[in-house]
Amino acid sequence: MIWDNILIYFVVIPVLMLAGLAISKSMAQIRTICVIGASALLALAAYVTIAYLGERATGNTAAMLFTGSWMWFEPLNIHLALGVDGISVVMLILSSVIVFAGIFASWKIDPLPKEYFMWFCLLSTGVFGFFISIDMFTMFMFYEVALIPMYLLIGVWGSGNKNYSAMKLTLMLMGGSAFLMLGILGIYYHSSIDGNFTMNILEISQNNAIPQDWQMYLFPMTFVGFGVLGAMFPFHTWSPDGHASAPTAVSMLHAGVLMKLGGYGCFRIAIYLMPYAATELAWIFLILTGISVVYGAFSACVQTDLKYINAYSSVSHCGLVLFAILMLNTTAMTGAVMQMLSHGLMTALFFALIGMIYGRTHTRDIRQLGGLMQIMPFLSVCYVIAGLASLGLPGLSGFVAEMTIFVGSFEHTDMFHRVFTIVACCSIVITAVYILRVVGKILFGAVQDEHHRTLTDAQWHERLSTITLIVCVAAIGCFPSFFSEIIRNSFLTIIKVLPL
Amino acid sequence: MDYSQFLMMRQELGLLVVFLLVFLYDLFMPKKAQTHLPVFTTVLFAVFTLLGLNLFWAEGTAFGGMYESTMSTEAIKRILNIGALIVLIQSIKWANSEFVAVRRGEFYSLLLITLLGMYLMISARHFLLFVIGLETASLPLAALAAFNKNHYESHEAAIKYLLTAVFSSAIFMMGLSFVYALGGSLYFADLSTAIIGSESALLIVALAFVISGVGFKLSLVPFHLWTADVYQGAPTSVTSYLSVISKGAAAFAFMIILAQVFGSVYSQVWEWMLYALIILTITVGNLFAIRQKNLKRFLAFSSISQAGYIMLGVVANSTLGLASVMYYVLIYIFSNLAAFGVIQAVENNTGKVSMDEYNGLYKTNPKLSAAMMIAMFSLAGIPPFAGFFSKFFIFSATLQTESVALYVLVLIALINTIISLYYYLLVVKAMFINPNDNPIATFKSAISERIALVICVVGIMLLGVASCVYTFLTNVSTF
Repeated sequence: MIWDNILIYFVVIPVLMLAGLAISKSMAQIRTICVIGASALLALAAYVTIAYLGERATGNTAAMLFTGSWMWFEPLNIHLALGVDGISVVMLILSSVIVFAGIFASWKIDPLPKEYFMWFCLLSTGVFGFFISIDMFTMFMFYEVALIPMYLLIGVWGSGNKNYSAMKLTLMLMGGSAFLMLGILGIYYHSSIDGNFTMNILEISQNNAIPQDWQMYLFPMTFVGFGVLGAMFPFHTWSPDGHASAPTAVSMLHAGVLMKLGGYGCFRIAIYLMPYAATELAWIFLILTGISVVYGAFSACVQTDLKYINAYSSVSHCGLVLFAILMLNTTAMTGAVMQMLSHGLMTALFFALIGMIYGRTHTRDIRQLGGLMQIMPFLSVCYVIAGLASLGLPGLSGFVAEMTIFVGSFEHTDMFHRVFTIVACCSIVITAVYILRVVGKILFGAVQDEHHRTLTDAQWHERLSTITLIVCVAAIGCFPSFFSEIIRNSFLTIIKVLPL
Repeated sequence: MDYSQFLMMRQELGLLVVFLLVFLYDLFMPKKAQTHLPVFTTVLFAVFTLLGLNLFWAEGTAFGGMYESTMSTEAIKRILNIGALIVLIQSIKWANSEFVAVRRGEFYSLLLITLLGMYLMISARHFLLFVIGLETASLPLAALAAFNKNHYESHEAAIKYLLTAVFSSAIFMMGLSFVYALGGSLYFADLSTAIIGSESALLIVALAFVISGVGFKLSLVPFHLWTADVYQGAPTSVTSYLSVISKGAAAFAFMIILAQVFGSVYSQVWEWMLYALIILTITVGNLFAIRQKNLKRFLAFSSISQAGYIMLGVVANSTLGLASVMYYVLIYIFSNLAAFGVIQAVENNTGKVSMDEYNGLYKTNPKLSAAMMIAMFSLAGIPPFAGFFSKFFIFSATLQTESVALYVLVLIALINTIISLYYYLLVVKAMFINPNDNPIATFKSAISERIALVICVVGIMLLGVASCVYTFLTNVSTF
């Protein structure tokens, strides 16, 4: 029975929340539903992690655990197929933490709170559904489910140039998914030699039937399709505008989780299913993502809007994720997922804090902000922690991730990879520049506006939201091997198929 | 003569009974009872449709092979019935309105008789019967388009429709005469054997004529010029009927003709013609839709591009393609009728049809706006709504044959879905995001309109996720 599978509840809970919100009447009810639902998701993610580790400890070495497959559309052999490996497990933890924090960060959303949280739940449904699927069709479906709520979330509750940003974001991401859809159909129709086509990722990988010349067409299509969401240069332009205009929790969820869908899809579908083309064509995308890393960092240096700084920093960090994935070795790819985790948490923290600061000062322009450390010490300290995590201070998550990535990248002995690794390494320095510039200016500078002295520090729900994220950032920084072991073991199955 | 062969035509006979009852009701019932005519017709047709879902399935041929009833034609007729039923429910209030009330009998008679024509088009296996069906399905629609007697646009719509319909029929029959010259028969089966392997110029010309003739009905670009004006001018009930039922029926008939008669010359002759038509139709329809401010014109161009997507299934030229076309049309019926349902409700209550006037609609009429949004998302192919599934399946049916040209075609179609998403989002943006100081006031739409909308929205939500529908259609799909 489908209900016996624990994973399906990752989709069922948000859907139930959606239904509950639809009939809710008051703000108190809305909040109750959201908090219960988000906590349940958090608990479920923790339970799945423990169960996963337990299974592995008993010596279960299957590629995916908790698998289940139910026929959905028989004519095309489409299943609702579920399963997780270590990478999906950590992604589920990440998503549930950010959804939890996001709900507290948008505690006082106005106007139309009910609709806001309904779209928010739909977005979460898509995200969780994507990470638990191992069937390309359902994966693609959940991917699109996660994209479309962004339009209204930004358009209705956003700020600034929101109409333009919302439309740009939606169209660019949907443009990416158009390529993706063609790629998926192409993979499907080459998934088997004897005509028993399948959408199941594990089966396709096992059949290993996609002809090499078709791989050369389909790999770029799927990689670009996911790469758009991963903010790969030159398809990153939606990201700064979108993040800057989105409301706080949406920026958190989008930069924190949604952009990870891109990186996750890149190795789960593009590289895993088309290993030949991946090794042949990796260099092209390596150049593009290398540009993302450096270009994003430089762009962040010259921005004056806090959200734009952070959005360009996301371009740089997410570029690093794709960059590491394309290194095609276990260490770098493990680093890539660590970076997803780390970037997800700290960007969410950043956006939450920026939202809270903006909610008080009504400006995000760093020229008009200053001396916040005196006015709101709690938020400022959190901001410093987020900044330090972002520039890679040991003990916080950023260091672990970037270290692993660059060590892994340097394992390649050829000139090309080494040069690009060194170039990408430069981004660490540039990151320090823009982070310290902002921290120095807005937290420690002189108070720019006397009116700001009357502002208050964080409220309880804001503290809860930020502390949750900081604890996770520190946990990854202090106990990295717990996560990297889970991830590393799962990457072995993906690395195995690569013709290196 | 063997009268039992009439039993093959159970759907046609059933519809004829409904038609006659409505006609007699209109003719003989006292004036007082006349106000119940719309409800009477709708209920009668609903009974016919619902009974038909389970009963009356027939397989076999009649009249020496002129008429054939297969599982797929039967399924197609039921799909059209469902659509027509929703249109009937939507139009109850309009049919009882002041200017229409005196002529509502004609409205229902004409509407039902066009449906009969479409049945014949689909089941015909001889071009004579096909042409009879085509004309029966086309000409009464011109009268229906002129139904808003007091409106100048309505007349314009009717005359435009009439002239193009007649013109396209003439072209179609010219093509038929060439086909007859080639095969010496008008039976589909005889013709298809006669033209196997033929690459003569006459065949190409004949096919070009036939395709352009049907292209008018389907409003494929470049035969689409009548569409926007007719959709805008005709009463909304008629427009919605034109845009889904008439178009759907033409698409099925087209597909059946191409597969049954010209199936053997697929790759030599008409594959490339259709590629060009599809690319033109989808792109031009989309680009023109972006600029429309009147929602009925907007949906006219959107439906032009949707016809292009339907044709993708026709290009597949396989049973999976036919199943995908049936599924696509079914979903399209629900999505488009939901959109027209909202437009009609707003138009009937406030007289407004411009997109600008929809600004801020969500504040005053949240339920209508939600229905409209769901319809737009479904038309744009956004999951979890049914439109996503129908698009995915039609693309997968097209790619069944491995050819680079088809991949390019699908890529162009996919890029066009992004353009279409843009203008569908414009409607959503108007209702949810655009500020407006005096939006359309809150109103309570008629019960019939609400029922129709609920049916459509539930259909959009369920028909995709419930896989049994698509599986059923693939099982019954045969040529």
